[in-house]
Amino acid sequence: MKILVPVKRVVDYNVKVRPKSDESGVDLNNVKMALNPFCEIAIEEAVKLKEAGKVEEIIAVTVGTSASQEQLRTTLALGADRAILIETDTETEPLGISKLLKAIVEKESPDLIILGKQAIDGDNNQTGQMLGALLGYPQATFASEVNLEGDKAIVTREIDGGLQTLSINMPAIITTDLRLNEPRYASLPNIMKAKSKPLDVIPADDLGVDITPRMTTLKVSLPPQREAGVMVETVDDLLDKLKNEAKVIS
Amino acid sequence: MTALVIAEHNNQELKPVTLNTVTAALELDQDLHILVAGSNCSAIAESAAKIEGVSKVILTDSLEYENCLAENISILISKISGDYDFILAPTTTNGKNVMPRVAALLDVCQISDVSAVVSSDTFQRPIYAGNCIATVQSNDPKKVITVRTTGFDPANAESGAAEIITLQEVNDAGISQFVKEEIAQSDRPELTAADVIISGGRGMQNGENFSLLEGIADKLGAAIGASRAAVDSGFVPNDYQVGQTGKIVAPDLYIAVGISGAIQHLAGMKDSKVIVAINKDEDAPIFQVADYGLVADLFEAMPELESKI
Ligand SMILES: Cc1cc2nc3c(=O)[nH]c(=O)nc-3n(C[C@H](O)[C@H](O)[C@H](O)COP(=O)(O)OP(=O)(O)OC[C@H]3O[C@@H](n4cnc5c(N)ncnc54)[C@H](O)[C@@H]3O)c2cc1C
Ligand SMILES: Nc1ncnc2c1ncn2[C@@H]1O[C@H](COP(=O)(O)O)[C@@H](O)[C@H]1O
Repeated sequence: MKILVPVKRVVDYNVKVRPKSDESGVDLNNVKMALNPFCEIAIEEAVKLKEAGKVEEIIAVTVGTSASQEQLRTTLALGADRAILIETDTETEPLGISKLLKAIVEKESPDLIILGKQAIDGDNNQTGQMLGALLGYPQATFASEVNLEGDKAIVTREIDGGLQTLSINMPAIITTDLRLNEPRYASLPNIMKAKSKPLDVIPADDLGVDITPRMTTLKVSLPPQREAGVMVETVDDLLDKLKNEAKVIS
Repeated sequence: MTALVIAEHNNQELKPVTLNTVTAALELDQDLHILVAGSNCSAIAESAAKIEGVSKVILTDSLEYENCLAENISILISKISGDYDFILAPTTTNGKNVMPRVAALLDVCQISDVSAVVSSDTFQRPIYAGNCIATVQSNDPKKVITVRTTGFDPANAESGAAEIITLQEVNDAGISQFVKEEIAQSDRPELTAADVIISGGRGMQNGENFSLLEGIADKLGAAIGASRAAVDSGFVPNDYQVGQTGKIVAPDLYIAVGISGAIQHLAGMKDSKVIVAINKDEDAPIFQVADYGLVADLFEAMPELESKI
């Protein structure tokens, strides 16, 4: 069995991102970049399935600039067997990314595709579901537990009211939620080994897919800022403020 | 031009987030239909027909739609999409699950988590955990949108009188099956609909200690929420999580107890009207967004608060 894991290079989750001063976009000058946390979880799940003897090969793939090779090396150090960079310098959107990923799926025929539920830059939460629709594959999004049984994946999902379990036919799409697993750290020997694992670069243009953006970002601005609050000394003071100043309790 | 809102429901009740989605849709288009897809759900259609501003309710009542499987519902929506310029659903786990599939079937982009409508093709949406607001314009002929419900007031749920039409449309993709669901039962209001929320974090130390919040929640008619750390540590179920990757809330009053105030948590609650933070560390970042901060040990402050409310 083969697993494909699409991953994304994003701003590290600890960075408090700000708009550029002219509001033309997000200020990404000198900010630390990292593998999207949900993609780390996706890789970890694939590696665990491989360690359990259910999977032969894990392929990581990303759509991005040549700088994304860094994140692909990370996936190789974490346990992916090989990696593919679909290289493009243009802004891509989930729909275009899904179309490029579809082309890779058609080449590689994986049994399972595990993605993050959301990339923490655009917070779109779209790519896995779109890829599912384009391929006609079933999906189990926001997974907190994955079990493979024959040609089905039994997946527990985190939904608004609690948990839901689905049985989906493979090939299938799974997107990861935070509690699916706890990603490991790459060991130094594995980081060294990752340097010699295969990493193919395919120019996006070679895949014959139209990825022209459908959206234009007109402006990126700061959200309304909250005015500074006050510190209170005692529970009595707090209750007094809530009753008489904020008037939110009676 | 007409807009279509996908009703959020569990076959038993129409979820209040549908009302906020209707308000967003009315900002785009005054002609508004609502789709109720489910099983044994004619009562939902009747509730939907009473929402002010809705002119038609489309009811598709069939077993394939009982559990809102994305594969089936997305085909249904894409089939009826021809009549609509805007298709909207709330940014719930259902909306997030189904709508990108619809968008891909229609070959349009999805505009996720819209917090404000600027014009019929231009929208605001939070990015980077709400640290920035992007204004985006879509060039697609149809707009597929999920709505950040905290950005829009609920529509009146009682004053409408829409016609209900029944649509026989069976779509079973046959590739996914529902197995089971464990839905937490609670007498408290839902997080996304509550006027008051009291949330606990890692500082609560364990699940039993959440009883310190329950007494206060009972007195205030509040919902109980949590940080990811509290959920990850198994103190409370996953559906309590507030934040970038949990629920987005904006109650009149949000009380954060033993929560440090990580960017990802703030992303889910910083639009609340009044924020109270109770934390024993005076440097905790949560105090930077709090209207009222109390530096205290929660194990002393909570019982006192409960007795004095
Ligand atoms: C991709 C990603 C997504 C995430 N999404 C979310 C999300 O949606 N929601 C979310 O909440 N987090 C999310 N997180 C996690 C987030 O980064 C923080 O780790 C988390 O919010 C911390 O939770 P906490 O404040 O309860 O715990 P801590 O940061 O450990 O804070 C505990 C606080 O309790 C206080 N405390 C301890 N004891 C007491 C006491 N006796 N009395 C009073 N105060 C006390 C401490 O002073 C401290 O400030 C996400 C992280 C990542 C990487
Ligand atoms: N540029 C990309 N290349 C490969 N995979 C991606 C890319 N962008 C997003 N993904 C995958 O889709 C998931 C959800 O991203 P998004 O839909 O942007 O929130 C991510 O966690 C990745 O697994």
